[in-house]
Amino acid sequence: MTSPQPLDVERIRKDFPILERVLPNGRPLVYLDSGATSHKPRQVLDAERDFYEQHNAAVHRGAHRLAEEATDLYESARARIAAFVGADVGEVVFTKNATEGINLVAYAMSNASTAGPGAERFRVGSDDEVVVTEMEHHANLVPWQMLCQRTGATLKWFGLTDDGRLDLSDIEQLITPRTKVVALTQQSNVLGTVNPLDAIVARAREVGALVLVDAAQSVPHQPVDFHALDVDFLVFSGHKMLGPTGIGVLLGRRELLETMPPFLTGGSMIEVVHLDRTTFAPPPQKFEAGVPNIAQAVGLGAAVDYLNAVGMAAIAAHEHDLTAYALERLPAIPGVRIIGPPTAEARGGAVSFVVDEIHPHDVGQVLDDLGIAVRVGHHCAWPIVRRYGVPATTRATFYLYNTRAEVDALAEGVTKVKKFFKVG
Amino acid sequence: MQVEALYQDIILDHYKNPHGKGLREPFDAEVYHVNPTCGDEVTLRVRIAGDGDDARVEDVSYDSMGCSISQAAASVMHDLVLGKGVKDAMHLHDEFLALMQSKGQMEPDEDVLEDGIAFAGVSKYPARIKCALLAWMAWKDATLQALETEQATEEESR
Repeated sequence: MTSPQPLDVERIRKDFPILERVLPNGRPLVYLDSGATSHKPRQVLDAERDFYEQHNAAVHRGAHRLAEEATDLYESARARIAAFVGADVGEVVFTKNATEGINLVAYAMSNASTAGPGAERFRVGSDDEVVVTEMEHHANLVPWQMLCQRTGATLKWFGLTDDGRLDLSDIEQLITPRTKVVALTQQSNVLGTVNPLDAIVARAREVGALVLVDAAQSVPHQPVDFHALDVDFLVFSGHKMLGPTGIGVLLGRRELLETMPPFLTGGSMIEVVHLDRTTFAPPPQKFEAGVPNIAQAVGLGAAVDYLNAVGMAAIAAHEHDLTAYALERLPAIPGVRIIGPPTAEARGGAVSFVVDEIHPHDVGQVLDDLGIAVRVGHHCAWPIVRRYGVPATTRATFYLYNTRAEVDALAEGVTKVKKFFKVG
Repeated sequence: MQVEALYQDIILDHYKNPHGKGLREPFDAEVYHVNPTCGDEVTLRVRIAGDGDDARVEDVSYDSMGCSISQAAASVMHDLVLGKGVKDAMHLHDEFLALMQSKGQMEPDEDVLEDGIAFAGVSKYPARIKCALLAWMAWKDATLQALETEQATEEESR
């Protein structure tokens, strides 16, 4: 494989109006928080505005011109998003975000206990087990805790190694014939770790368990092919991949979406309704009750076009370079320790660290004064910080518009933080 | 740096050498409060002496983990309420809360809030107000619980 062309970051940055912002204290913005949410290029903002200005209508209803155009735009976005992640168009369910996608599956699984024939595969009872990992975002942990609470099933989890990897040594004891579903992240939002899905999928297949992948931190940053991964469900959020907020995607294998009971019900998701009973539309409509977030779906379509034009392999290579550079610069500062894999191998661009004697919240506050936006806290993954014995971390996350100069600004900023608090 | 207005020396001094930290016996109520957005936490105990209008804060002890603002606020609060009548201490709580909600528009009274005036700058950082209030909220909660328990015990003994 030839390496992709380096990104023309200066040209890319011109597409993002917010990156030209000067902060109230006169400093330029150094945005290192794309793991929380990414910025949006003009192309995405224009697509949303154009939708509202020229084509606004509710989709899949109405026979007028605008309704047809709106439906075409919405479905065209679905088709482009499907191609982007290697799925069939009927396998793309629009949700509000990744969190809703996971909840959809977890609630569909409890709805399965009272659903008719065909839903057996999804039924969860007190003899069943659900497997997660210690590095999950709360979005891929709490819905499974709740499913277990509703059904009496048992929750189990993979632990972590000291260097931020999944501990797979007990995989055969964790994933067993009792396992109904294995839910795990493809890339940790705190540690940056990219997980070896192959080994877990292979074991899940042996025992007949479903596999759901939280790809909120991977789809925006590396090429992801749903069919090649051979998993059952995969979720991601639009706002972390240059798209608008309020739009996300659940991918489900076609045969599973056909038999899985719905979660939210109401308009748009029906086939025939009587006063006392209803049949459902085929997927994906079966899982899209109510008027969806249409302009946001159109915006996400534009985001995918933008990412395709830049090239996901090139984006991944660029972030790999920034990550490797940050992993070189930050630990070189006395008192700074990385929480997560120490090298850039099998690792994405989320770099968490702690500074001796300075709480992350204070680190983040002084960095903010320097114009550097990072995330501090437990990053909605409280069990991770507890696992590594720290109260919280400071986290920098990179995207296609970040530069080595911004990594330098971060490293110099951390040194200034230490000086400010008279540490070291 | 504008951030210097936030991190007054008084705050950093209390952070590095917190007053009254550590859990002590005896106590009438213990609470655990947490700031879910950042994970800061405090376990706090109060001991109340006397009752009714004579109720007095005999001890406040705490174990806590968090940023400089939340840790310093606990230390300053300890100094302010220790030995005070419960009514006066509640008044201090209200004063400090008002200062935190002032968006930088309030001139704090040093005679009332003592070292607490150093937190005036926090009110301009919305994300940090909860840090400064964590220990105060825990103290109020624990004190109200202690008073309720006392009242219930008295009623039983009547």
